Amino acid sequence: MLKNRIIPCLDVKNGRVVKGINFVELKDAGDPVEQAKIYSDGGADEICFLDITASNENRETIIDIVRKTAKECFVPLTVGGGVRTIQNITDLLLAGADKVSINTAAVKDVSFVKEASKKFGSQCIVVAIDAKKISDNKWEVFTHGGRNKTGIDAVEFAKQVETNGAGEILLTSMDRDGTKSGYDVELLKVITDKTNIPVIASGGVGTLDHFYDGIVKGGASAVLAASIFHYGEYKIKEAKEYLNSKNVSVRL
Amino acid sequence: MNVTIVDYQSGNISSVINSFKEVAKGKVNIEVTSDIKKIKSSDKIVLPGQGSFKSCVDSLNKINGLKDTLNKFAITDKKPLLGICVGLQMFADVGYEEAETKGLGWISGKVSKINNQSGKFKLPHIGWNEIEIQKESKIFKDIKNKSHMYFVHSYEFIPNDKSVISATTDYSSKIVCSVERDNLFGTQFHPEKSDKVGLKIIDNFIKL
Repeated sequence: MLKNRIIPCLDVKNGRVVKGINFVELKDAGDPVEQAKIYSDGGADEICFLDITASNENRETIIDIVRKTAKECFVPLTVGGGVRTIQNITDLLLAGADKVSINTAAVKDVSFVKEASKKFGSQCIVVAIDAKKISDNKWEVFTHGGRNKTGIDAVEFAKQVETNGAGEILLTSMDRDGTKSGYDVELLKVITDKTNIPVIASGGVGTLDHFYDGIVKGGASAVLAASIFHYGEYKIKEAKEYLNSKNVSVRL
Repeated sequence: MNVTIVDYQSGNISSVINSFKEVAKGKVNIEVTSDIKKIKSSDKIVLPGQGSFKSCVDSLNKINGLKDTLNKFAITDKKPLLGICVGLQMFADVGYEEAETKGLGWISGKVSKINNQSGKFKLPHIGWNEIEIQKESKIFKDIKNKSHMYFVHSYEFIPNDKSVISATTDYSSKIVCSVERDNLFGTQFHPEKSDKVGLKIIDNFIKL
């Protein structure tokens, strides 16, 4: 049986992890490579890097991090943030990323998703959708970390990226991100019902129940979280054991 | 010993290279090339493959003499070859992804889309799934039954001769996820992304 995945996400800015882990065994709390290795040894099903560096000049920095991580971690590695061109994708994949996540560039022109999945295969193209609730059962796509409105309906957009060859959707609720109040389960449910590709839930995890809700109530294939793991509140193993005790199948 | 990872522009092979180098630790030479001469002189071959069946077959055919070299290596000379993902799928006679495409025809059978039971099963089949070992396989030495492996695919290999199947995985139906016939080995899952247990499979192949 296919297992539900738990994916820790590391936000990287100028080559350093923002909101670093407080684990005692860490030599350098800001080193993304070392943190990724800890997660992978701890049972992470995948590792996700989100490059939040504002400028374009620093692409080489994230590529270098990916290159080093890929030599140490033998679980899938997804990298997102600032992926705008086919060349950006090529560079990340050559460095050792297994999947790239596309956000703004997909919203600007959905045919970029088509072009990318045709060139590299759907298996490595993740589309990251940042959605905000605007009324009952209506969510809008936002870009630039939730700053820019697009007027695009999130459900329609999700269907569109699937048609254009995305292999997965990474769905973040902008309302919940950073709040620790749980995933937007309604949003997850409607998107997982309306699409036939795996959806990764993101934004809002504060307790282990939230993982359960994302998977069981929201229908997510994978659950992503950042701070709950970074601050050492829970280890990945604890999250998995909790889910297992509630009959959610995970890789133990 | 020389193990060659065939680089035929079949998509992203960085992870395959990294994992083999990690396991080989400098004791075994890992070559990454599309050079026919080097492939001919190697002891073992790894045939990776990402993207569609058609795009992989097309890329393979684009390199002059590669198909014949692989045929001779695997079928005539019977030297060890490991196909990964679409690399395994290409062992078949025919694949139906994008368009009907002729495979290498090493293990008779076809590659068709996984039956998603009208949307009940999401495709691609992405993530960790348990393998059920069906027969003893040299690359499964010290691998426990029901070990988790990492999968990413929407198509499955259906061999005519079921005795080649060394493991299956449960997704919509019992999907063939590993085959072995004499010197030919193939995995639908990605040992290079399957953590320690995956590296063990790579180690088993290198040590054959």
